[in-house]
Amino acid sequence: MSLWLTLAVNSFALGGLLFLLSAGFSLIFGLMRIPNLMHGSFFMLGAYFGVTLLSQGVNFWLAALGSGLLTALLGGLIERFLLRRLEGQVLPQVLLTLGFAFIIGDVCLMIWTGDPWQPPTPAHLQGAVQVAGLFFPIYRLVILAVAVVIAVALWILVDWTRLGAMIRAGVDDPPIARVVGIRVSQLFTLVFSLGAALAAFAGVMGAPYLSVYPGLDFEMLPLALIVVILGGTGSLLGALVGSFIIGFLYNFGQAMFPDLAYVILFLPMLLVLVLRPQGLFGKVVA
Amino acid sequence: MSAVARLITPRAAAIVVALLLLLTLPAWVGNPYYINIASQILFFAVFALALNVLVGYGGLVSLGHAGLFAMAGYTAALLLARGHGHLVADTAALAVTVVTAAVYALLSLRSTGIGFLMITLAIGQILWGIAYRWASLTNGDNGVNVASRPSPFGFSLAGADGFYYLCLVVFLVCVATMAVVVRSPFGASLRGTRDQERRMSALGYNVWLIRFYAFLLSGFWSGVAGLLFLYYNQFISPQIVALTTSAETLLMVISGGTATLLGPIVGAAIVVIMKNVVSAYIVRWNMVLGIIFILIISFMPEGLVPGSARLWAWLRHRWGAGKAQPAAKTGEDGA
Repeated sequence: MSLWLTLAVNSFALGGLLFLLSAGFSLIFGLMRIPNLMHGSFFMLGAYFGVTLLSQGVNFWLAALGSGLLTALLGGLIERFLLRRLEGQVLPQVLLTLGFAFIIGDVCLMIWTGDPWQPPTPAHLQGAVQVAGLFFPIYRLVILAVAVVIAVALWILVDWTRLGAMIRAGVDDPPIARVVGIRVSQLFTLVFSLGAALAAFAGVMGAPYLSVYPGLDFEMLPLALIVVILGGTGSLLGALVGSFIIGFLYNFGQAMFPDLAYVILFLPMLLVLVLRPQGLFGKVVA
Repeated sequence: MSAVARLITPRAAAIVVALLLLLTLPAWVGNPYYINIASQILFFAVFALALNVLVGYGGLVSLGHAGLFAMAGYTAALLLARGHGHLVADTAALAVTVVTAAVYALLSLRSTGIGFLMITLAIGQILWGIAYRWASLTNGDNGVNVASRPSPFGFSLAGADGFYYLCLVVFLVCVATMAVVVRSPFGASLRGTRDQERRMSALGYNVWLIRFYAFLLSGFWSGVAGLLFLYYNQFISPQIVALTTSAETLLMVISGGTATLLGPIVGAAIVVIMKNVVSAYIVRWNMVLGIIFILIISFMPEGLVPGSARLWAWLRHRWGAGKAQPAAKTGEDGA
């Protein structure tokens, strides 16, 4: 019984991390239609930034925020000066983001070497809480709580604020949005940076739990991809539900069929593609 | 002009010279190390030509072709390891690869553009996951060894020369097939689905089916290239299933120029030579690969072969028209 509960808690924690990773991916891929193949690289780079900041004695939350800001800056620069010029051209966008993914991976290997890094869980988040005779590790619960808070914040941002309305307008009809005075290209840079920041933030949150190592980038990218295909592109609710489905499948699959755990992750994606191509919460695009 | 002279166009002459050079290559290269590099170029060219069917002529960018390439290699290697003969293993490998390509197509052809790309990427990662994590089947990270190369009709492939000629024969058959397919009505309709999907549909063509057949063709030749890769190394490991392989092959297609026959071949030669040269001096191949990607899309987005053709036409135009003419914009048709 307690084994299943532990697995469930781990699943929620991983689901939370996956949401932070894929929320940005969903916005960039779903709303802006940019195939951002460096999203996993943002996650890994963010985690490495976090590891370095933490080793300098920076407070955990400051490290996570700082890493998010640094990665957002990098993402924003790439979007503003390179991706922007390739608007609407899928193949060049793929090459550019893939090229940066390879460069970032290699630079990380150069700076942080091939050894895995696992920063300790921050002191004030160590230990476990006891509920009804069962112990839950605090850190996992914190990841979940942070993910839920960010999910609500994003939902409010996109659906309820003026900025969100401007983003949606910019996505639906860029020329008209420009005509009514919305600076669409600035907004897109902002959204791209936000996505990069969320991925990096997730990387730091995940570091004490998953550790950081070379190749993490291309391990996380397909996960973000299946979450978004599963939930429906551009849907935050879809990303949230998709993340938890994948979180559960990963942990329970790992426990029950260790050889096939990785493959099982993709089964719901295949089912969705066959039965409901727009994703669980996606809109049908005409 | 006589009839014979009319046959000797510059193009035909270039093809004959290239064929002669390829046929005599082991004689004038000599060193087995370089002959082996030539073999690598040939089988990667087959792989790039296979990918080009979708990327170039179909307008469908796949990032999962490493999975097809490796599917053939792994199937053959595992069958050989279980004691089956080369003929059985290779035939089964190609059959399995074509079936896998059909599954890829069924799932990914629900969308085009970015959706197609992401779905092929995801399926490719599934196959990577199987190769890497399903250790009881695939031997995981340790890979699978193949004891020996086959010797069809008593022709030994053990040495560098023999294997080179096998690659050359396969390569020439592949190029001939591609040339025929591209010029056939099927090739024309495939290009039609790329350029005018709705118009093709309205004309009564089954766009989905045309793309499906293109995927099978692409899958078959990817499998052939995968088999050559397996026999070349006599070893296969999950490394080859990784996204890097799909990306490198895409680089071959794009650096040379999509939707041309020569482009992927030139691209394969450039990438293989560069990879061997770069790897000899530094370990940073991935960074070099990334930088090349960015340079190509910045400066020669249409690829080296059409790009050079454009440059050549531009130079000739300048030279022929004298200095008075401003530089003409010739990039519209992209050769």
